[in-house]
Amino acid sequence: MEVIARRPETLTKTPFTYCPGCLHGVAHRLIAEAIEENGLINQMAGVAPVGCSVFAYKFFNFDMAEAAHGRAPAVATGMKRARPDMHVFTYQGDGDLAAIGTAEIVHAANRGEKLSVFFVNNAIYGMTGGQMAPTTLPDMKTTTSPYGRNVEDIGYPIRMCELLSTLVAPYYVERVSLLSPAEIIKAKKAVGKAIQYNRENRGFTFIEFVSTCPTNWGIDPVKSRDWARDNMLPFFKVGCFRDKGEENVQGVEK
Amino acid sequence: MAKILMKGNEAVAEAAIRSGCRLYFAYPITPQSELIEYMAKMMPKVGGTFLQAESEVAAINMVYGAAGAGKRVMTSSSSPGISLKQEGISYIAGAELPAVIVNVQRGGPGLGDIQPAQADYFQAVKGGGHGDYHLIVLAPNSVQEFADMASDAFDLADKYRNPVMILSDGMLGQMMEPVEFKPAKTQEEINTLGEQHTAWCICPNADGDAKHHHEINSLELDPSVLEKHVNHMYEKYAVVEKNEVRCETYNVSDDNEVLCVAWGSASRIVKSAINELKKEGKSVGLIRPITLWPYPYEAIVKAIGPKVRQVYVFELNTGQMLDDVKIAVEGRVPVKFWGKVGGIVFTPAEIQEKLEACF
Repeated sequence: MEVIARRPETLTKTPFTYCPGCLHGVAHRLIAEAIEENGLINQMAGVAPVGCSVFAYKFFNFDMAEAAHGRAPAVATGMKRARPDMHVFTYQGDGDLAAIGTAEIVHAANRGEKLSVFFVNNAIYGMTGGQMAPTTLPDMKTTTSPYGRNVEDIGYPIRMCELLSTLVAPYYVERVSLLSPAEIIKAKKAVGKAIQYNRENRGFTFIEFVSTCPTNWGIDPVKSRDWARDNMLPFFKVGCFRDKGEENVQGVEK
Repeated sequence: MAKILMKGNEAVAEAAIRSGCRLYFAYPITPQSELIEYMAKMMPKVGGTFLQAESEVAAINMVYGAAGAGKRVMTSSSSPGISLKQEGISYIAGAELPAVIVNVQRGGPGLGDIQPAQADYFQAVKGGGHGDYHLIVLAPNSVQEFADMASDAFDLADKYRNPVMILSDGMLGQMMEPVEFKPAKTQEEINTLGEQHTAWCICPNADGDAKHHHEINSLELDPSVLEKHVNHMYEKYAVVEKNEVRCETYNVSDDNEVLCVAWGSASRIVKSAINELKKEGKSVGLIRPITLWPYPYEAIVKAIGPKVRQVYVFELNTGQMLDDVKIAVEGRVPVKFWGKVGGIVFTPAEIQEKLEACF
């Protein structure tokens, strides 16, 4: 019988622990496929964050480290410097990467560490129960912004791709979305490029996924995608901010 | 090999490199600056990694990553910076990773000052980070011993898969003394060291081998599994307590009327006072714990001779190791304490005066 779909070898058989309709599984799958397609299963290592994807170390079928909250880019730096023959990525959420781990991500990017960072932005803290994230939208209600995010009080959401693109060192920075099959196919291309650049040790690569959190948003999975399209994409515009491997890309320094 | 006149901070860095340390991550802070600067200068010459991190927090997490990859790795700092590292130290202990941390102590609390102090005893020995764990803590009292402890620290870290702290201070870090180094490990020896942990560490799959899935982790949400893990760590610590206790006895005899306990820089000053008192025919002994954890409780008990009427603890703090001495002595004889704080180092004459009052 012809096999037309299968679990990539780069994922373990451990079932994902995510809520129904969560897109972490899609993001995991895209990364796992790219690693397999680049033939890196024997040289790959990942760093899991604190957050809903805290158990990512159980799902990827190669060596994995679990980092303290926000510290994944520093842990990955230590791993890559210790074993330069390996290829290392981090997988982080918005609270992890854009709040408690802001210093670590900015400086790993600024050093041009030869890592891939996969950043899942769903505008909320998932695992701890729907608290406000650094990427929570203006007026968006969460358990710690019960009257809506007041930008006069707590400021505006942080756009990480835009922020990191101001640095000289990052090699590739792109924001993609996971809200429809067509967008997922585009995301797959971006993830593939990040892992290819990682395989070639070209430099720091950063992919942001605009994602959803049906459980903590209190919106069903299908409508969550519409909500994200209507509310997140206008603020977090998809696109390539930096690609030193291509010409004529927005954000490339002159 | 001939002796070289060197600062403690430089000597421990050189000794670490000779011990096969090829990865060093740190953030500048006084009075450990010579250490980070020595590493910046020397690591590139031996093909190693020197990385000045964006913070102490990042540095210790880089150590976590490199130790998770099974390689000899070190960081260093001084008191306020060591406080920042405590999160990472707890994770390193929980994930059972070998790593070496040097603390060149200064006065505290808070920013304190940049003079020598011994005020981080509690932090190093009684916890520091969250959760049930121990650091193995080595306390040098000379530049030579500071340097020698680098290789001891790496060996202990590798043997027990546990972080080891060298608890020095601004005096030992800054002062120059003659030091003789052990021969540097060869590249072949360093390669072997790098492969000793491949059964569990982050490492590539060898060609043709079964694919492994190693997890560097301290998370376990099932309470019964976490309980087993912590118990396993404490079984390991019991072995450390049985095998690795080290201390120096100085002038200890049945004639002692006072027994002193002091560690690190403070112990040198106490020795000078003991020598002066000896000339006056007054017999005082000294126990100097070299490992602060595991602690030499039994050695203290054994050193309490028949004529000892006073145990005297001297530290450059307000009485931190004092608690452990009291645990050892268990009320057999009275225990007194005297110390100086704020980065002020006591003089031999001051110690002599305190001891004379016991006769």
